Amino acid sequence: MITSTSKSFETVLENLKGENKLFLVGCGDCATICKTGDEDTVKAMKAKLEENGKTVTGWIVVTPACNVGKLRKEFKAVKQQIDDSDSILVMSCGLCVAAVIDAVEQVKPVHPGTDTGFGGETIRFGQFTERCSMCGECILEDTGGICPVTMCSKGLLNGPCGGYKNGKCEVDPELDCGWMMIYERLGKLNKLDKMEPLRKPKNFAKWKRPRKLVLTDEQKFGKKKTTNE
Amino acid sequence: MSQLKESLTKGKFVITSEIGPPKGTNIMPHIEEAEHFLKGKVAAINVTDIQSAVMRFGSLATCRLLVEHGMEPVLQMVCRDRNRLALQSDLLSAAGLGIENVLCLTGDHQVMGDHKDAKGVYDLDSVQLLAAAKGLTEGHDMSGNKLDGTPNLFLGAVVTPESEPVEPQIIKMKKKILAGAQFFQTQAVYDIDRFASFMDKVRGFGVPVMAGIVVLKSAGMAKFMNANVAGVKVPENLIEEMKKMKTEEDKIKKGVELAAKVINGVKKYCQGAHIMPLGWDKHVPSIIAQCDLS
Ligand code: SF4
Ligand code: SF4
Repeated sequence: MITSTSKSFETVLENLKGENKLFLVGCGDCATICKTGDEDTVKAMKAKLEENGKTVTGWIVVTPACNVGKLRKEFKAVKQQIDDSDSILVMSCGLCVAAVIDAVEQVKPVHPGTDTGFGGETIRFGQFTERCSMCGECILEDTGGICPVTMCSKGLLNGPCGGYKNGKCEVDPELDCGWMMIYERLGKLNKLDKMEPLRKPKNFAKWKRPRKLVLTDEQKFGKKKTTNE
Repeated sequence: MSQLKESLTKGKFVITSEIGPPKGTNIMPHIEEAEHFLKGKVAAINVTDIQSAVMRFGSLATCRLLVEHGMEPVLQMVCRDRNRLALQSDLLSAAGLGIENVLCLTGDHQVMGDHKDAKGVYDLDSVQLLAAAKGLTEGHDMSGNKLDGTPNLFLGAVVTPESEPVEPQIIKMKKKILAGAQFFQTQAVYDIDRFASFMDKVRGFGVPVMAGIVVLKSAGMAKFMNANVAGVKVPENLIEEMKKMKTEEDKIKKGVELAAKVINGVKKYCQGAHIMPLGWDKHVPSIIAQCDLS
């Protein structure tokens, strides 16, 4: 789940300066859960833009709007509305902004309507927390399933600094120290020895941006495609 | 050769102290103060590295100035501000500038300082920095490339004996030794009994430990540290003693007396004391004078 929060309406208006006809894109997945790009929020944005003298040529909520193929398919039905617009406002995360740029045939400005947050675990409805930084080299096996890269404010790999107090991090008395969480969990699992080996620095070559993942046909379809099939 | 290394190796009880560079270029008064109050009285002088994440004059340059004025520095290096390229490069530079002692630390988080919007680096942690430094002394960098000229470094690390729980500190201390730490300086120690029981747990590691001594300046400072500084516990009776001091002069006298008392108390359990005067450099000689260092 990718979290996002709406940019202020003033910021959105400022970004749309000089563009009067807009097409809006929402997302039926993460941005719907975060209430930044669900149908109601998109409609409310439409009304507010119209109140401020803009024309909204149309809108669509795609599930999910980060899927270029899906967008292309669904954009067909609203082609005219997109053609008629000066620009597109994407009310979803940065991935959706990129996907919309890749999916629309027309070259026109595409504006982000939100600030994208993090890959989050859903604690309960409307409550999300970052637990993984998507580092490309997972070490959860050795840390009791709690990620020091993410849960320790300094991303330390070899155990805590001297900054923990009452289980909290030096950075913020409200913030649990990630390494205390790891220490306690490994203790309960009787696996404290996992804290002992020297852990090498992270391989940031694996973090070289932008990252890409391309599955082979075999991975995608379960077996090698042959010409006979 | 590092005098600090030599003294610790010989098993002497060693005293070190510390200076913090200024925010700005006015470094010379600090060097002169060190020359006046610390030179010849302590084995080596730590220079803090952008202490408390408050931007200031550099540790490496300050260390070199100490060398030029006939003092032995301990270069503190934190992991917050430099990646592995810069850290290794600075270690080579240190050796090239005649600096041998290096204390490797994680570093306070950037939000604790005066550039809260800074990017924290933490490419390496303190254990990995020690391993990298040790690698350099063996003639290769972190990628295994051979060095043209190998640095001589005496590597130190820190541990916080009053952390609760202390076990993770001890696990990490062992890792620091495995990685290359040859001596330890601790976070502030005030309670002798608790320090003694900490030393019981780590004495077997066979690496010299110097107890950290933060000189108390007032009861208020003690209370502040108890409330806000992780791993620092000033016992109530010391705060009470401090409270009775009304004049500035009495406070200094008491602060000095208590610091010396802790040093005399920890002496039989460890290999040295590291005095952090936090600006009270001029009182370090009186502290040392009150210590029984025979
Ligand atoms: S180590 Fe942490 S950041 Fe990396 S993949 Fe695992 S959980 Fe995610
Ligand atoms: S206090 Fe804990 S979470 Fe905070 S930086 Fe230190 S080890 Fe990491």
